[in-house]
Amino acid sequence: MILPALFFYLFAGVCVASAVMVIVSRNPVHSVLFLILAFVNASGLFVLMGAEFLAMILVVVYVGAVAVLFLFVIMMLDVDFAELREGFIEYLPVGLVIGGIFLVELLLIGGGWVISPNVAKSITSAIPANVSNTEALGLVLYTKYIHYFQIAGMVLLVAMIGAIVLTLRHKAYVKRQDISVQNARTVEMVMSVRKVASGQGLQDADQAEWVR
Amino acid sequence: MTVGLGHYLAVGAILFTLGILGIFLNRKNIIVILMSIELILLAVNVNLVAFSTFIGDIVGQVFALLVLTVAAAEAAIGLAVLVVYFRNRGSIAVEDVNLMKG
Repeated sequence: MILPALFFYLFAGVCVASAVMVIVSRNPVHSVLFLILAFVNASGLFVLMGAEFLAMILVVVYVGAVAVLFLFVIMMLDVDFAELREGFIEYLPVGLVIGGIFLVELLLIGGGWVISPNVAKSITSAIPANVSNTEALGLVLYTKYIHYFQIAGMVLLVAMIGAIVLTLRHKAYVKRQDISVQNARTVEMVMSVRKVASGQGLQDADQAEWVR
Repeated sequence: MTVGLGHYLAVGAILFTLGILGIFLNRKNIIVILMSIELILLAVNVNLVAFSTFIGDIVGQVFALLVLTVAAAEAAIGLAVLVVYFRNRGSIAVEDVNLMKG
């Protein structure tokens, strides 16, 4: 009984500590790495709560995709991040006051939370006892909540297309193949035969006399 | 020594507050602001999964999955907008954003 509690305090402590480091660290690359640490420990908390599938998804999606995306963007942008940290001390007191008030309010609400004994009546889909967490999630996700699932897929599709449209740019000096332009070319547009006078060459190229 | 619902709610509350505090403290650095938003969404997910487990209703985990989806989409779009903004202005300072009129 003591082992889950020990692991809870380990995961929760490391998670909170690395969340603190995310917001106070000077280098944004360190911030991202601490963000990864926070996510991994949060997924440990999920495993303790018995939500193994979400824990693994958290690692895959956040650590594998979101955090690496942050890392790419930070390394791609050539920004002086020390300059961006100006005003940190200035905003610290008001931030601490507001954050402290907010935290106390949340803890007062959450600390005194008692689950009503007749909550079982209002449960929409209870966790089945004899199947794994992944199977239990799949049993409701693909049947009862299939529309939410498909809307989530649509959100991801729109986000993907939006990100591509926003960041894709056509440089002027990069030659690209355009099939319709190629097919629209005629002989008259691209080729002409000039009659060149003997011994004079193309000196009067400005007032050209085109022979078709 | 047993860990109950209140413990997980406390972790979620602390993470949420740290996310809010991160937005306050790093007002000039929009990348850290985006990371703070990720922390806030993580806190929301911790709360959802905690309630789901302790009440015995799987819907909370389904909803946590949807929050995860939206968080990933939001990070992708936010960073794409950031990259475009940096290309146009050469800086990502939040104060300059109000110059983006018209």
